Amino acid sequence: MEKNLNLNLKVWRQKNASDKGKFEEYKVNNISTDMSFLEMFDVLNDKLVTEDKDPIAFDHDCREGICGSCSMFINGQPHGPKQGVTTCQLHMRSFNDGDTIVVEPWRASPFPVIKDLVVDRSAFDRIISAGGFISVNTGNAQDANAIPIPKENADEAFAAAACIGCGACVAACKNASAMLFVSAKVSQFALLPQGQPERHQRVSEMVAQMDLEGFGACTNTGACSAECPKGISLTHIARMNRDYLAASLSSNEK
Amino acid sequence: MTSKLDSKIPEGNLEQKWTKYRSTVPLVNPANKRSLEIIIVGSGLAGASAAASLAELGYKVKVFCFQDSARRAHSIAAQGGINAAKNYQNDGDSTYRLFYDTIKGGDYRAREANVYRLAEVSANIIDQSVASGVPFAREYGGLLSNRSFGGTQVQRTFYAAGQTGQQLLLGAYSGLQRQVGTGNVKMYARHEMLEVVTIDGKCRGIIARDLTNGKLERHFGHAVLLCSGGYGNVFFLSTNAMGSNVTAAWKAHKKGAMFANPCFTQIHPTCIPVSGDHQSKLTLMSESLRNDGRIWVPAKKEDAQALREGRIMPNDIKEEDRDYYLERRYPAFGNLVPRDVASRAAKERCDAGYGVNKTGEAVFLDFAANTLRYGKIEANKKGIQNPSQEQIESLGKAVVKEKYGNLFDMYEQITGVNPYEQPMMIYPAVHYTMGGLWVDYNLMTNIPGLYALGEANFSDHGANRLGASALMQGLADGYFVIPYTIGAYLSKEIMTKAISTDHEAFVEAEKNVQDTINRLLSIKGSKTVDYYHKKLGLIIWNQCGMARNEAGLKQAISDVQALREEFWSNVKVPGDANSLNPELEKAGRVADFLELGELMCKDALERKESCGGHFREEYQTEEGEALRDDENYKYVAAWEYFAGNKWELHKEDLIYDNIKIAQRSYK
Ligand SMILES: Cc1cc2nc3c(=O)[nH]c(=O)nc-3n(C[C@H](O)[C@H](O)[C@H](O)COP(=O)(O)OP(=O)(O)OC[C@H]3O[C@@H](n4cnc5c(N)ncnc54)[C@H](O)[C@@H]3O)c2cc1C
Ligand code: SF4
Ligand code: FES
Repeated sequence: MEKNLNLNLKVWRQKNASDKGKFEEYKVNNISTDMSFLEMFDVLNDKLVTEDKDPIAFDHDCREGICGSCSMFINGQPHGPKQGVTTCQLHMRSFNDGDTIVVEPWRASPFPVIKDLVVDRSAFDRIISAGGFISVNTGNAQDANAIPIPKENADEAFAAAACIGCGACVAACKNASAMLFVSAKVSQFALLPQGQPERHQRVSEMVAQMDLEGFGACTNTGACSAECPKGISLTHIARMNRDYLAASLSSNEK
Repeated sequence: MTSKLDSKIPEGNLEQKWTKYRSTVPLVNPANKRSLEIIIVGSGLAGASAAASLAELGYKVKVFCFQDSARRAHSIAAQGGINAAKNYQNDGDSTYRLFYDTIKGGDYRAREANVYRLAEVSANIIDQSVASGVPFAREYGGLLSNRSFGGTQVQRTFYAAGQTGQQLLLGAYSGLQRQVGTGNVKMYARHEMLEVVTIDGKCRGIIARDLTNGKLERHFGHAVLLCSGGYGNVFFLSTNAMGSNVTAAWKAHKKGAMFANPCFTQIHPTCIPVSGDHQSKLTLMSESLRNDGRIWVPAKKEDAQALREGRIMPNDIKEEDRDYYLERRYPAFGNLVPRDVASRAAKERCDAGYGVNKTGEAVFLDFAANTLRYGKIEANKKGIQNPSQEQIESLGKAVVKEKYGNLFDMYEQITGVNPYEQPMMIYPAVHYTMGGLWVDYNLMTNIPGLYALGEANFSDHGANRLGASALMQGLADGYFVIPYTIGAYLSKEIMTKAISTDHEAFVEAEKNVQDTINRLLSIKGSKTVDYYHKKLGLIIWNQCGMARNEAGLKQAISDVQALREEFWSNVKVPGDANSLNPELEKAGRVADFLELGELMCKDALERKESCGGHFREEYQTEEGEALRDDENYKYVAAWEYFAGNKWELHKEDLIYDNIKIAQRSYK
């Protein structure tokens, strides 16, 4: 049943990339448990604007858990306390009256803060540009049913492809590693026949770009997968590691 | 037909128009392509596929989007599927049938030639997507799986669970990023296009604002492609992403591009009902659910009353006391009637007092019957003799979960109710806009060099779009149409050198943008942008939504005008123009919606007939179905803008040579 909550918020405010930034406290009252976390922020921002204060900047768009825009670090967890959901899908039902909620941006040096809770995740796009694709020009394709793909492989490729590129995995990792994100893409294509011709080159180039962007090393703590809103599995990291090894061996042979 | 509208439909038989045209359209040689620059606004299915394809051909491409990455365009949220006339199911599908269904579904208000081309290239889209690694759902034999969607009797919809848009967009996005990597595409994320630049009547570029620091930028292009999506957010509450807006198309409109059929908007029948004032958007429950969900309300008003007051639960209502009103009214299509029909039928029941939630604006979508049916099939497959009811239910639930798991989870997330246990509650919500910039067969607007693709144009869906056809259209436009048709224009532009952005047209366009921004920031009124957006949304929803009438539309026009005036004197936009300022971005978009809203009502008022999503209460059959007037309204209404929110109507007559135009029946 719907209830109303009064909450204390501690929100990270930072004017721009060069500002040092600090926490500010806000009180919000009469928040319906039916609201989403971002709708609660809408209420707060509306109030701030009315009081001639600067509203809090945060990324969001679809509000359905699929675009990967929203990115709040809530009470020490990316996307908040509930497993398997993004910030926009987190509902106020998950909180209690009187709670204090701490909200921060993703914290990782390859994701510099632009303003308040908004960070720059363009490093992810550059990793995809480095190799996260199948090189097929428009018009080159053969009939879609020409290559049957075992349902299990197709399903697993789909599970990997469900990554929304939000960056929670990086934010969750103490090393700011991007392995889960990168391995999801590598895995998707590694599981499909279309992905085979470029399999080794792809993994090498994506990993090289990942390193160049300054993401940290993977020490297998598993925090990424535990916090991933799409449940991307650690098995993809294992598959990527195997592929990476195979790729380096075959390139040594040349 | 007015001379200003030349649809440039090629001569010849319907079946041969595209093939012939494609082989005769002028080409641009590879060396010349390298010096031709194309600006693409939007990175959704239409924009991303166009960008990848044009860059592969050798053009120099710039892509703009307002999100932080091209991958986050609104297309990502599409759920249910994409149509293609592959006939993999051997159930009688063909190019002609897809063409016919689309024209009929659109209530005979779309162009034959465009729709036929769409149906023709649909199969290539599936091939292209699979080749680029899109993991569509497959059968155990390894071949692609299909489902059916509203308004059709064949299974031609390809899907990837309830995330088809995501998978297709990521496919197109990877092609785009590949071209970014090679340097053929330059990507401008977190940029908003705010003006079109025209020189000597041709489109020559845009003004864009870097949203992170507020800087205005001038960009030259030999051609500009608007792939900026639909304008459903004029209603405030819609299933569109929060940032979806009309600004790019509207700026083009105000520079002379005609806006066609603005009143053709789609209200989707299966969305999660509104729960309170705090709501920022509505969530779609994919139409694919209508394959296995049966829609009903109580047959007795007292039961509906008791449900609304929480005295009984849906499952307390006996089978014989339920009214499966779609199955009752439309036995041939049942729960799979097109969206406009299903939406109006829900409204009709709720208006009559049979709504089932506390606001009285909800109906049930019930999976119980099909869960049991699947359970029995599974038990049979597994060789379980005399399975218990519990066994059947649990086997059935597993099948339902496999098909719709993510949608069921999403429903529970939002409502707090478990749809495996209780029927979903749904109500219609704004979803898609068939109207958009007028384009010819080449997808060019009436401004030479300015194109519109995807949901931003008006071209293929007439007065109502069939489910799973928007993704098809976006990718058709981007992958398979524009790469050919743009040659017709660019082949004549090879001598045009890049124009300096110091040209006075750029200076003036930039000044216009700057002036608007300054004006918005200087009002310093007392009401927030959202306050006006919500008010506008309510006016449009009530008077130009599922049902419209003359008095209401006239009222709405004057209400919108008054609201617009108030907005420009009392809106409060905080912050400055030189940093990330989401309130300022919203203000600019709402300002444009406040103009578009008026034009929508004008268009609806002008069209004195009912067709597709446009239902004028004055024009209906005795059974309450839409009553078209082909004699007088078989045209595309294209509106030309004049300063001070004045418009002139131009009509493009629609000619049906291949389809016998008839009253649409799904009975
Ligand atoms: C919830 C939902 C589910 C849907 N499910 C289906 C489905 O199952 N099947 C189906 O066929 N259709 C579906 N649709 C419809 C379909 O998703 C859309 O019609 C289609 O994706 C639109 O694609 P597009 O490329 O035209 O535009 P969009 O994907 O909306 O992209 C617009 C792009 O333009 C950019 N942009 C806009 N304005 C500006 C500006 N001023 N400056 C810079 N950039 C700008 C944006 O950043 C974005 O990149 C669904 C729609 C919704 C809302
Ligand atoms: S792997 Fe998970 S957490 Fe990381 S970007 Fe993808 S969806 Fe987000
Ligand atoms: S806003 Fe799109 S995932 Fe949260």
